[in-house]
Amino acid sequence: MANPSAVCNGHLHHHHQKQNNLLKSGIYKKNGITKGTKKNGISNGTLYKKTFIEHFEQAPMYVAVLTFLGFGVGTIFGYLRDFMRAWGLEKRNIAAEREQQKDFVPLYQDFENFYTRNLYMRIRDNWNRPICSVPGPQFDLMERVTDDYNWTFRFTGRTIKNVINMGSYNYLGFAETDVNALKTVTIELQKYGTGVCSTRQEMGTLDKHVELEKLVAKFLGVEDAMVFGMGFATNSMNIPALVGKGCLILSDELNHTSLILGARLSRATIRIFKHNNMQSLEKLLRDAIIYGQPRSRRAWRKIIILVEGIYSMEGSIVRLPEIVSLKKKYKAYLYLDEAHSIGAVGATGRGVVEYFGMNPDDVDVLMGTFTKSFGAAGGYIAGKKDLVDFLRTHSHSAVYATSMCPPVAEQIIRAMKCLMGLDGTTQGLQRVRQLGKNTRYFRRRLHEMGFIIYGNDDSPVVPLLLYMPGKIGAFARRMLEKNIGVVVVGFPATPITESRARFCVSAAHTREMLDTVLNALDELGDFLHLKYSRYSKSSHPELYEETRLELED
Amino acid sequence: MDIKRTKNYLFWLYCQFELITCSYLMEPWEKLLFYTFNVTVLVTVLYTAYTFVPAHLSTAFHFFLHLFGNQHENTVSIVK
Repeated sequence: MANPSAVCNGHLHHHHQKQNNLLKSGIYKKNGITKGTKKNGISNGTLYKKTFIEHFEQAPMYVAVLTFLGFGVGTIFGYLRDFMRAWGLEKRNIAAEREQQKDFVPLYQDFENFYTRNLYMRIRDNWNRPICSVPGPQFDLMERVTDDYNWTFRFTGRTIKNVINMGSYNYLGFAETDVNALKTVTIELQKYGTGVCSTRQEMGTLDKHVELEKLVAKFLGVEDAMVFGMGFATNSMNIPALVGKGCLILSDELNHTSLILGARLSRATIRIFKHNNMQSLEKLLRDAIIYGQPRSRRAWRKIIILVEGIYSMEGSIVRLPEIVSLKKKYKAYLYLDEAHSIGAVGATGRGVVEYFGMNPDDVDVLMGTFTKSFGAAGGYIAGKKDLVDFLRTHSHSAVYATSMCPPVAEQIIRAMKCLMGLDGTTQGLQRVRQLGKNTRYFRRRLHEMGFIIYGNDDSPVVPLLLYMPGKIGAFARRMLEKNIGVVVVGFPATPITESRARFCVSAAHTREMLDTVLNALDELGDFLHLKYSRYSKSSHPELYEETRLELED
Repeated sequence: MDIKRTKNYLFWLYCQFELITCSYLMEPWEKLLFYTFNVTVLVTVLYTAYTFVPAHLSTAFHFFLHLFGNQHENTVSIVK
């Protein structure tokens, strides 16, 4: 693939601008690969420099019918079991009110508790599995069994070794225990210890934080950055500092809970636009500017658009060029949460801003986390110096939360230096390229096999749709029997009919590991009948081309 | 060999039934209850079909025959 950043003498040069001369702007017209994909509209063609293909195929109608049938049977048996528990025919293992509280407002009668008691409990052994090694490309699992259908577990004492890890957010493979790689981290651990015991504004700002913030700003190409100890808290504690009452937040339908929590805590008005749908966003922006605030009709103090770089449940990438052009037209602000995309997309791993070849000055607030691609913990907010100085004084996290501990900061510094090439090797760039190769290979093979996969072709998050509730448990258990650990997701994290298995491809996965997983998926797909796609490509297109040429002779 | 394949195929069909109707998740006594209910309903439907469908079909046949028979006589009288 064309790489705009050149490698000279072991140092990487990164160019923000001047990427459009390398790719013709007409390339978007050469789509037309498979049906059932959302193609980039011709009207916005000049904004996208490479093809933007996303898949959100719908399953055949009988799948939806059978899913509802499965849920129906489950619900009927749920009511039966609840009845038996209420009348004392069965032992009660779940949380229930005390005798004295029987006449109060009931606590456990809503749908969520019903669902947890009767459907989640039956397949609960597929979640919260304790692991006992570093979550690299393979890990060790503690074996546990249940004697009473998942109400209690006990450990047998055995560990299952070398389970292939398809669930950890280890995109660049920095979750490693190699002594040479962690040399600087060990030195810092011995120098600083592990506790900081203070907040940023009191005594918790260390020289490590200053060094890390300068490095993050340099990495992203912005003026300044600030780091926080926890990724979730970065969103939920800083959005209230940036917006308040009288402001308008336009948030994507499928935003993460941390963004939603931060938006609700800020007490601004929240309006939701359809997932990645620019017409919906534009309509909301126009209405906001024409009609203003609800009762007083005054102009909004601020309009801010909250989006994510890669959406972790769908695997879709945000349409950044269109959002930036909309934001400039309607004078709104943009808050981009790059939790899953920093390090994972882009030619040198600098996120969706680089992936689309855009200027980081176009995004007002760049937020990201270090948990996913850097093998550490924490989050950052980057942007103009005024913004970051404001956050240093006004953020709740800066005032009340403990700051990041020094060994973790050093891990991020060494990972970022590796990515930027400042440690003298090209290992960082190799990791990014390996991730890109692994992603494309994995997605292509899954499409060929006939599974329904959601998301953009370049995103390392791969959701595979399972649909029926019975198959969620069967899939996860059988994959574990084959020594592969996967994450399955159902309601309420996804819509009730679209339960899925989510794979996270890593740069540390070798081709053999991916082939093992793909063969297991092929077998399991046939056994569980998961290959619902109507648009599977043939696996050998080159042979097909050859025969056509012969016929034309 | 064919019998083995048929058996495998039937087992696979049974697994699909289990997965789709969530009986894969049920405890043994729940499965017994569910299957008993299903089998009872199926047997009742089949018995009703066996008992009543021939009678209904012959009644319907005679009804339509009678209808078309009358029409035939009418046309003959007009031509005369």
